[in-house]
Amino acid sequence: MITTEILIIGAGPAGLMAAIHAAEAGAKVLLVERADRLGGQLIKQTHKFFGSKAEFAGERGMDIAEKLINLSSDISGITIWKNAVVLGIYPDGVVTISHEGAFCTVSPKKIIIATGASEKTMAFPNNDLPGIYGAGAVQTLMNVHGVIPAKRILMIGAGNIGVIVAYQLLQAGVEVAGIVEAAPQVGGYRVHAAKLQRHGVPIYTSHSIQSAHGDSCLEGVTICRLDEQWQPIEGSEQYIAVDGLCLAVGLSPLTELLWQANCEMKFAAELGGYVPLRDANMKTTHENIYVAGDVSGVEEASAAMVEGKLAGLYVASVLGHKKDSFTKEFQTAKSQLSALRSGPASVKICTGLSKVVLEEVG
Amino acid sequence: MPSQERFAKGPIALFECMQQIPCNPCADACPRGAITVKEINDCPSLNEELCNGCGVCMTHCPGLSIFVVDYTYGKDAALVKIPYEFSPLPEAKSVVDALNRQGQCIGTAQVIRVQTSPNKTNIIWLSVPRELAMEVRSIHVMKGETS
Repeated sequence: MITTEILIIGAGPAGLMAAIHAAEAGAKVLLVERADRLGGQLIKQTHKFFGSKAEFAGERGMDIAEKLINLSSDISGITIWKNAVVLGIYPDGVVTISHEGAFCTVSPKKIIIATGASEKTMAFPNNDLPGIYGAGAVQTLMNVHGVIPAKRILMIGAGNIGVIVAYQLLQAGVEVAGIVEAAPQVGGYRVHAAKLQRHGVPIYTSHSIQSAHGDSCLEGVTICRLDEQWQPIEGSEQYIAVDGLCLAVGLSPLTELLWQANCEMKFAAELGGYVPLRDANMKTTHENIYVAGDVSGVEEASAAMVEGKLAGLYVASVLGHKKDSFTKEFQTAKSQLSALRSGPASVKICTGLSKVVLEEVG
Repeated sequence: MPSQERFAKGPIALFECMQQIPCNPCADACPRGAITVKEINDCPSLNEELCNGCGVCMTHCPGLSIFVVDYTYGKDAALVKIPYEFSPLPEAKSVVDALNRQGQCIGTAQVIRVQTSPNKTNIIWLSVPRELAMEVRSIHVMKGETS
């Protein structure tokens, strides 16, 4: 049995920040990551991030990943396991992990779950044809492995992921046939949409996909217009010839471990689905389990990083590793987070959070 | 939008950033302190007297929403600086299709200078007919005109 003070599950933006700040305070951290590399989705983000300097705004996601990975490797208090899948959290606090294929048991004092989110998909005829991808897969192919996913692609979803990935497709030399969005307006930041529009990419708002076509692989899709009740308008069907279709229709928190550990969960559509109830220090209803990042509600990576910092600092302090600067750093991070969430773009997030954040204790 | 008088004085940054989103790297980037983002969700406000149109903010803006326009560039031509993150880059002195905000080709522009940036948001200086200075916001690089 391996013992550690803090086990952090997931090495994306939230997990890395939690590990760095907990270890800097003096805690012994085991950071486990399912993938064969650290950074989570950050490594695929070739665009510059929004936010403020404190969240690395203006820098590209992949460069932020590199910074955080280097920081986490330089701190002696952090042990990193890649290819490590957490299998279960047991009532006695023991966590089972498959690390490089070997079964291990870990006994941590506290756990920070930062597992992120997974992509939602859509039901329509022939949605299993080769050539139909989630936006994450498109980014992995293009931005991690340098492989273009298609010659001509249609994007479904004009949230931030849809508009950002469509722009990255253009940069990779892929023709973007358009973006289809069921809502009457673009959900992503308007500046992202403007970047596409000035390169001539049409945005079909109040439209949805009806079906995909092709024999052995995707050859085209039929889209149609939606009425005010989001119902297909008969006769509005339009065929678009494409060999690629990218779905960017939202994310759901990856909460399996929280359910298994009996954390109290609540459905908040604004946050992507079921999320754990937690207090303002990111502690769930389980005494030893904390959360940070998209697993606690789908939001921008900038917010995930600040949540990670908060959880890391707080959990370390609970274990007796309280830096002299703790109060100041913790309060600064809290104000940073509320500043990020204070604008009209975050109204939805705040509505969701009001349902799941318990009153601050202590 | 700057006044005619301000435009007559030389290059100035234009912010096509109309939505309140949490973002302020432009303010940190300006070497002259001309850009203010009071609360992080506010849209940037520009001190037009301090701005000299250098374009440093353009390379930092995550939304690629800042442009520089200089009406003093020539008698019939204006200079438009656009952010550009595509490869290959156009070659200086080449003529490229000039696109408006909807991606429509509205004429041609001559590439005056290609300013590469370490963060890969490059700045392309374009000479365009004066009457198109407020329209041209992108380019289409034709084959044989790349560097």
